[in-house]
Amino acid sequence: MSPYETVIGLEVHVELATRSKMFCDSPTTFGAEPNTQTCPVCLGEPGSLPVPNKQAIEHLMLIGLALDCRIAPHSLFHRKNYFYPDMPKNYQISQYDLPLCVDGHLDVDVDGESRRVGITRAHMEEDTGKSLHVGATGRIAEAKYSLIDYNRAGIPLVEVVSEPDIRSPIEAQRYLAELRAILLTLGVSDVRMEEGSMRCDANVSLRAPGDGAFGTKVEIKNLNSIRSVARALTYEIDRQEKALDAGDTVVQETRHFDENTGKTHSLRSKEEAFDYRYFPEPDLVPIEAGQSWIDEVRAQLPELPRARRARIAAEHDLTPEQATFVTASPASVEYFEALLAEGAPARDAAVWMAGELARALNTAGENIEQSRVAPKDLAQLIQAVEEVRVTLNSAKKAFQDAYASGKTPLEIVEEKGLQQVSDDNAIIAIVDQVLAANQAEVERFRAGEEKVFKFLVGQVMKATKGQASPQVVDQTLRARLS
Amino acid sequence: MSELWELSAAEIGFMIARKETSARAVVDAHLSRIESLDEAVNAFLTLTPDLARATADDVDAKIAAGEKLGPLAGVPLALKDILCIDGVRTTAGSKILENYRPPYDATVVQKLREAGVPIVGKANLDEFAMGSSTENSAYGPSHNPWDLARVPGGSSGGSAAAVSAGFAPLGIGTDTGGSIRQPASLCGVVGVKPTYGLVSRYGVLAFASSLDQVGPFARTVKDAALLLEAIAGHDRMDATSIPDDVPGYAEGLESGVKGLRIGVVSDWIAGEGVQSGVTERVRTAIEALSGLGAEIGEISLPSFRYALSAYYLIAPAECSSNLARYDGVRWGLRARDAKDVVEMNVRSRTEGFGDEVKRRIMLGTYALSAGYYDAYYGKAQQVRTLVIRDFEKAYERFDVLLGPTSPTTAFKIGEKADDPLAMYLNDVFTIPSNLAGAAAISLPCGLADDGLPVGLQLLGPPQSERLLFRAAYAYEQARGPVPAPPLWVTS
Amino acid sequence: MALTREQVAHVARLARLSFTDEELDRFAHQLSDILAYADQVTALATEDVPPTSHALPLKNVFRPDEIGPCLPQEKALSTAPEIEQGRFRVPRIMEAP
Repeated sequence: MSPYETVIGLEVHVELATRSKMFCDSPTTFGAEPNTQTCPVCLGEPGSLPVPNKQAIEHLMLIGLALDCRIAPHSLFHRKNYFYPDMPKNYQISQYDLPLCVDGHLDVDVDGESRRVGITRAHMEEDTGKSLHVGATGRIAEAKYSLIDYNRAGIPLVEVVSEPDIRSPIEAQRYLAELRAILLTLGVSDVRMEEGSMRCDANVSLRAPGDGAFGTKVEIKNLNSIRSVARALTYEIDRQEKALDAGDTVVQETRHFDENTGKTHSLRSKEEAFDYRYFPEPDLVPIEAGQSWIDEVRAQLPELPRARRARIAAEHDLTPEQATFVTASPASVEYFEALLAEGAPARDAAVWMAGELARALNTAGENIEQSRVAPKDLAQLIQAVEEVRVTLNSAKKAFQDAYASGKTPLEIVEEKGLQQVSDDNAIIAIVDQVLAANQAEVERFRAGEEKVFKFLVGQVMKATKGQASPQVVDQTLRARLS
Repeated sequence: MSELWELSAAEIGFMIARKETSARAVVDAHLSRIESLDEAVNAFLTLTPDLARATADDVDAKIAAGEKLGPLAGVPLALKDILCIDGVRTTAGSKILENYRPPYDATVVQKLREAGVPIVGKANLDEFAMGSSTENSAYGPSHNPWDLARVPGGSSGGSAAAVSAGFAPLGIGTDTGGSIRQPASLCGVVGVKPTYGLVSRYGVLAFASSLDQVGPFARTVKDAALLLEAIAGHDRMDATSIPDDVPGYAEGLESGVKGLRIGVVSDWIAGEGVQSGVTERVRTAIEALSGLGAEIGEISLPSFRYALSAYYLIAPAECSSNLARYDGVRWGLRARDAKDVVEMNVRSRTEGFGDEVKRRIMLGTYALSAGYYDAYYGKAQQVRTLVIRDFEKAYERFDVLLGPTSPTTAFKIGEKADDPLAMYLNDVFTIPSNLAGAAAISLPCGLADDGLPVGLQLLGPPQSERLLFRAAYAYEQARGPVPAPPLWVTS
Repeated sequence: MALTREQVAHVARLARLSFTDEELDRFAHQLSDILAYADQVTALATEDVPPTSHALPLKNVFRPDEIGPCLPQEKALSTAPEIEQGRFRVPRIMEAP
């Protein structure tokens, strides 16, 4: 039991999926040739001026409302001033002391308990360009020079800052997963951490339990997946504990997480703490969010993941884990509801989605939107199992083959003759063959060795290529052995 | 018989429309005059004869085809070298942009093109619009056509000098703390600082974003009104652009000033540091306006004392941020063989910027830095509120305010160069209008006893340009013709 | 409010400018003069006066989420001091040892 309390705060940056950039009408599509999606504004050319994207602001408002934030009636853009080559103006247009959304919360479930994590704020800012570091390893520390592409510069970013209410790496993971699910449901971003459309920085400190003051805070950067966040936090908490136990102080600094070693290390930089010299952006006028505008945006709020999970679990009598799986994304909800529409029972639908479908998607590295087995076809497979036309095992095999080949599962069943052998006479015949071929085992069973029964069942299943109904085989064998 | 370059813009536009002369002939006449005299004046940093001739030829072709064009079609213009023309060298008077060619046009430039106005050249200025004399230009100062040993004022000194010298009947400058009005006053021409947001800032290299405005230079009030009409209007590329329709500024100029309530700013008339010759000319102008039926009163505006200090915190703060983009990375001067990007930034900026720019960047950076924001920048923004309130109170009693534009006539080149604070005091009468985002005009009101022009300033609330033009026109007509600068006689 | 050479040097670093010691001292002097003049401002009583960051009464100026024309790559790069692989080339970003 650790003598310390862990205090974690998370800052999440979300790239919004708008068509155009935050302050200009350059496109935001990913993967274009470098510097082909820029204009004087996002290049920061002398004389250029920003004009805010209304859709982006409404997305921010939607995010704030989904996180139960208060929408500030009067909000300003500020300039955050610092020099960096991937920032065209050497200032970032952001928000400072008058952000659009404040004082919200996000509830996460850990070990069956619901914990509330405060959301300090959510605000609007613009993304930077991307640097290619040319040198031995492609990493910035060994670079001889760098090449900059400004296609990404100016893409709208929302920053969501949590209160330091998170108490463990698991909780941090749950927070991020839930935040991610909310953002996906709102349809404002594709939130792929590996692609950078969702980025997370973590702040962690330790303190004696009951101590009102905070310990020294360390910031961790370069976290490329939700799992990395947990790994990094775990390492960092351990590191800080060891330091404190040894009587050392924890240095307030920014540390970099290394995916390969699982450790954090110090970003040794000669630069003193940044002085951002925030002041109100003179090129932009204030945002006044009146009640009617807020209400208009609020009306666009869809059913959020927490409510949806509860509803689906209750409506379809699913376990909470099943409900969580099925509602992981809007696409998975769609898939689930399509399965139900095709007549699949809710429980079966959930089990198949969490089982074979998840496995197939994982192997193929695809998302449920890309599933090569349509709900209609999976529903028919489920029905076939229900109607004892295919054994569960065969059905699972057929599903995987169908996924790989692009055919429907029932087509595979047909092709490979995987229909369940339920013709009693056929099974009796096979059972008799097996018994005849395994006289010694039959004797042993009759002598009282129960466990030989399993072997005999196995032999029958082998002979029927797994297509016999296990219950029928069991009954028939017992009958023939008695 | 007047030379083409002596005529007003309205007259030239009229002649071209009636085919009494061609736009091409007009442009050539002006280019020829520039060629013979600009070495002495140094009004231009880059001449754009091809661009100007192309525009002029286009105007002539359209007129020949029977099209009806605007009143300024074919009338040449000097453009302060702080507005972007696509592919044309734009320096902002700085070494750091010595060879910068913008990849786009300023909105004002597009509008001028649509109006058929040929741009004859990019005019000299104090570096990045910081200064009151053009002595801060990295390319040498411009010279006042009234006395070539004197400054034309600044920062839009090149544009003012060009119009005064007869190099173009029209000019475009920017006014952040007086940079159109003060050079207009020192060069004896008309200059207007429009209401903030009236003219688009898109494509104008930013100095102080909440104060900068683009405005016209001309030799007559009517010409200035015509030019403002051509460049004003909402721009979707500028989020601080006023959405309203632009009224016809050149209409109703003859309405007169009967019953107009004019408030003379008493702190300015007899203020310390105001040249007596300036005060005399302004008093004469007041009498003239009174004779035309205006109701003259007096008003004291105490907060205006602090306006200068507030300005010299706000403007440098904004400029320190606006000029951060000049770092050798994407454009402009890049110091070679730097071992890392920070060294490259530092050396490029240190080599590329002049002293005044560095001074203001330092001042601004300091005023915004941690621990000082509230005391300096924050406080200055509160003073701004006081200035706005004082103006609002004043406009309950008066329709327009009046005072000198500049405390002195044109000073000698080099006279104030070593004393930045003394230089800043040039802007004491012009700065309040910038802080308030309001409108103001400067027009010639005669020569002081030193034989140099004095500017009369009329100030109005935001979006009061029509009223200001009307009052200025009435005075201008009553005043009668003003002498031409010596440069006209010696040429 | 007299500025020290160290304060000026710190500001210079923030602003990516470098000066000789004489220049730093000269700046310290000039900036102190200007700030002393500006200190008149700080002496003013303004507790109840709200700051004005925008003189215009405009609010809520936005643009719709629509795509417009971009600069072609050559034009975007046309101002660059150094180009490589269609990108702006800069010296190493991490400070050299």
